[in-house]
Amino acid sequence: MGTSMKYLCLVYMEPQKLHAVPDSECAACGAGMRSRGVLIAAEALQPVDTATTVRVRNGRVSVTDGPFAETKEQLAGFYLIEAKDLNEAIQTAAKIPPAREGSVEVRPVRELNP
Amino acid sequence: MPVTDPLNNVHETVSAVYLSDSRRVLATLIRLLGDFDAAEEALHEAFRAALEQWPREGVPKSPRAWLVSTGRFKAIDAMRRRARFGALEEAGDADIAVIDTAAWADEESVEDDRLRLIFTCCHPALAPDAQIALTLREVCGLTTEEIARAFLTPAPTLAQRIVRAKGKIRDARIPYEVPARSDLPERLDAVLRVIYLVFNEGYAASSGATLTRHDVSAEAIRLGRLLVDLLPEPEAKGLLALMLLHDSRRAARTSASGELILLEEQDRALWNRDQIGEGIRLVEQALSSRRFGLYTIQAAIAAVHAEAPSADATDWAEIVGLYDALLGFDASPVIELNRAVALAMRDGPAAGLAIIDRILARGDLADYRLAHAARAELCRRLGRTADARGSFERALALTRQEPERRFLERRIAGLGG
Repeated sequence: MGTSMKYLCLVYMEPQKLHAVPDSECAACGAGMRSRGVLIAAEALQPVDTATTVRVRNGRVSVTDGPFAETKEQLAGFYLIEAKDLNEAIQTAAKIPPAREGSVEVRPVRELNP
Repeated sequence: MPVTDPLNNVHETVSAVYLSDSRRVLATLIRLLGDFDAAEEALHEAFRAALEQWPREGVPKSPRAWLVSTGRFKAIDAMRRRARFGALEEAGDADIAVIDTAAWADEESVEDDRLRLIFTCCHPALAPDAQIALTLREVCGLTTEEIARAFLTPAPTLAQRIVRAKGKIRDARIPYEVPARSDLPERLDAVLRVIYLVFNEGYAASSGATLTRHDVSAEAIRLGRLLVDLLPEPEAKGLLALMLLHDSRRAARTSASGELILLEEQDRALWNRDQIGEGIRLVEQALSSRRFGLYTIQAAIAAVHAEAPSADATDWAEIVGLYDALLGFDASPVIELNRAVALAMRDGPAAGLAIIDRILARGDLADYRLAHAARAELCRRLGRTADARGSFERALALTRQEPERRFLERRIAGLGG
């Protein structure tokens, strides 16, 4: 139990609020996490109308416009972090600036069992 | 060593220890093993071993320590066996090493284990209904079937809820710990909410399987008592007081034929004086801390009722004042409604009715049956029979509980032609 876990923090925002949090603030948040050694990777995403969905069915690739599901809040970015447990992950996620405007889904990473 | 104990006596001892200590042993085993399911299995193995060994070797001096140590040993044994069969990988040995060196016997951490268990079952990352189910299962030791019956939920649904919650605790790694001081108020609120929901589940419903539902309220009171023992925070005392004071009226709340009786018409000789005494003492302690909240104030209101010899002789001014304090914490329309009813008792029905009409005019509580029932009652007292009938009928249309429906029908009939 002494080892740390990875959590993916998925940032969801309503499209019209995408720019409600200045980029500089998000960049500073990422830099702070990196200096504390909790950040593995973080990126912001282009708006959802640039998204393409790819599926493979019966060996054939199908490509469609847009995301799989229409929801009010859309995926706007992510932070892949390290934490010792969910409480620590929640503390880190609560400091992600868009948490004030949208929401952050905290998902534990599942290690593959090859 | 009472090695000569007859077998029957030892079996009785094991049962008694199971009742008094199985939840404590489980709480410690979860910490040592880091897993709810492994701990439950270890608990059962430990009690099975007790049934075998205690008749031969005598009951140990500290049965609880014996059970923890035996359960832990059995779990490690099972892990090793599984590792040998290749089901576990290298990680298995590391886990075993951690358990081997754990300082489990430290009295303070053992007492904290029960709090760890409560806070983990009521972790806000778990769905509210899962928090309730898990708390009743793990902390109170109720069976899945008992919880399902009490909450009128199919047993498989409830079992699934518990399995999913345990899965989340494991996979998302919800820590097994008492929250830090800084998080305590919020986390304690979550625990108190679970206990109060359990209590209300048993208290509010009075049709059908009345007996089982009563057991649920009793379980909530037991849980509240445990929490006050472990963590004597003012609001924990306030909640326990609130539950005791409400529960003290149980015998007076319904007639022999199961009909609902309003507070002001209850036979106060039927109120449970022991529960009232304990409730009032707890309210006083919580109030004097000056760190109290919503539960304590509600308990204080219930205490004023409990001390009054009759509805008319109640200190309504005090109750209105307490509702004002309550509104300061939580400006909800339901509290405003209750304050209006108290105000009607202090200043007369017209004053209370004016406030209720204002709340309803705002559109708040338009579908809340008790708002219409309260309005009807005040109209009746003012002799506005037609208005009273209209509001009683509106309340009747909104109610889903059988005893409440019969109560409202009697009220309407009582208005006369």
